[in-house]
Amino acid sequence: MININEVSETNEMIEKENLDVRTITMGISLFDCISSDLDTLNKNIYEKIYNSAKNLVQTGEDIAKEFGIPIVNKRISVTPIALIGASACKSSDDYVTIAKTLDKVAKEVGINFLGGYSALVSKGMTESDRLLIESIPKALAETDVVCSSVNVGSTKTGINMDAVRLLGDVIVKTAEKTKDNDSAGCTKLVVFCNAPDDNPFMAGAFHGVTEADRIINVGVSGPGVVKTALEKVRGENFEILCETIKKTAFKVTRVGQLVAKEASARLGVPFGIVDLSLAPTPAIGDSVADILHEIGVEHAGAPGTTAALALLNDQVKKGGAMASSYVGGLSGAFIPVSEDQGMINAVNAGALTLEKLEAMTCVCSVGLDMIAIPGDTKSTTIAGIIADEMAIGMINQKTTAVRLIPVIGKKAGDTVDFGGLLGFGPIMNVNRFSCDEFVNRGGRIPAPIHSFKN
Amino acid sequence: MNKIIITVVGKDTVGIIAKVCTYLAENSINILDISQTIVSGYFNMMMIVDMSKSSADFMNVSDSLEKLGEGIGVVIKCQREEIFDSMHRI
Repeated sequence: MININEVSETNEMIEKENLDVRTITMGISLFDCISSDLDTLNKNIYEKIYNSAKNLVQTGEDIAKEFGIPIVNKRISVTPIALIGASACKSSDDYVTIAKTLDKVAKEVGINFLGGYSALVSKGMTESDRLLIESIPKALAETDVVCSSVNVGSTKTGINMDAVRLLGDVIVKTAEKTKDNDSAGCTKLVVFCNAPDDNPFMAGAFHGVTEADRIINVGVSGPGVVKTALEKVRGENFEILCETIKKTAFKVTRVGQLVAKEASARLGVPFGIVDLSLAPTPAIGDSVADILHEIGVEHAGAPGTTAALALLNDQVKKGGAMASSYVGGLSGAFIPVSEDQGMINAVNAGALTLEKLEAMTCVCSVGLDMIAIPGDTKSTTIAGIIADEMAIGMINQKTTAVRLIPVIGKKAGDTVDFGGLLGFGPIMNVNRFSCDEFVNRGGRIPAPIHSFKN
Repeated sequence: MNKIIITVVGKDTVGIIAKVCTYLAENSINILDISQTIVSGYFNMMMIVDMSKSSADFMNVSDSLEKLGEGIGVVIKCQREEIFDSMHRI
């Protein structure tokens, strides 16, 4: 029988340490909506999403209330729109009409974000992929909750440098189109290498083409819970440190598994995966950087940080793996800057640079995430940063991502505020030396030698 | 069996248990277990109850107990048992 200590431990995690289910994401396949007529396509998309997700928000709220665990976001991911729109869209503006349909239906069913305005171009781009990518600035400027991602590389295919170069321009254009709003359009755009099919986290979520018709994925998060647990073993050796992280990750993930099962049963939609992550928020005490500090570095970015992050990421996965029947997504620790108060402090203290963040992405679960850079950063420089990060993913057979925000009109040292879950942060300095000739070569970087496993 | 965990936390005062128990009895909710402590003047109680014979639904009971708590200056929370079970039992 459950005892009072266990009950108060759980409730303290929820109330004081910001334990939450970060998101319930319903993945919806749009393949059965395809039509060569744009109006019919938009109508089909609207109806499929509305009928699939109309009860999603209410179900999430009911579960949250019954178990007493906050479920922060309810989201939808859809099949990459470049595939769905291919037969109907003859121009970028045609794709923008789909973005607006997605925005409208997302608001109608009451979700926070809808991901999947995406293209998968890791090896090559079709004409429709290119049109979609070119429509991204306008689509993100004219919608509120639609998120976009582009997979430009993988360990099996190499890196599509034409797409990388194009995305450098797209990011700058998106920044310019949303400059009145601190270039916030770029917070909704992620560039991936080795994107997983089942990622419930925005802005990079999309419903993979290998998935079932509809699926429920859940992302759990509790950086504050891990930090509090580590406070109790201060000064102990690595063995005890790692054990503590594992045990905590197990408990956190069990909550996700329970919510995923409940949501799946109530909505009559199969359960996909639990993404066992430490995803920070701007709230005090909900920071991955604070965990690194607790492990023993003065600020994120100090020597030792990469090792500390590596062990954290690994222990989170080990602890969570047994707690859920299906683990997937981007499981591990996220290290965004603007969404994490401890990371913001580290940048402001001068401890954390873009280059150190890049090194940390070799061992974290994603990549360069939510990093504000000067508004006058050249598009080729952005493409160069993307190429570096994609190369880390390609060579190390892991997912990497880039979400950079060149904030028009601001320079290194200024601050920017995106509000809400996206947080605020300092503009980080970018290396000013040119990579024009490198990214302008065009073509594709071949897949690495260790991709030849078959 | 439809097990619910009720937690009551707040400043100690006379009659907290009586009021909660009266409400539960009126709604045919059976108490399976009670543990209660007082730490530096703060009242801390956990109850495991069975709702299977009650005609009231979970949301109603949860809202009514929350209101009852406000009336006596304590915080009353209802949660389904599964969250604790899944977190603390393999």
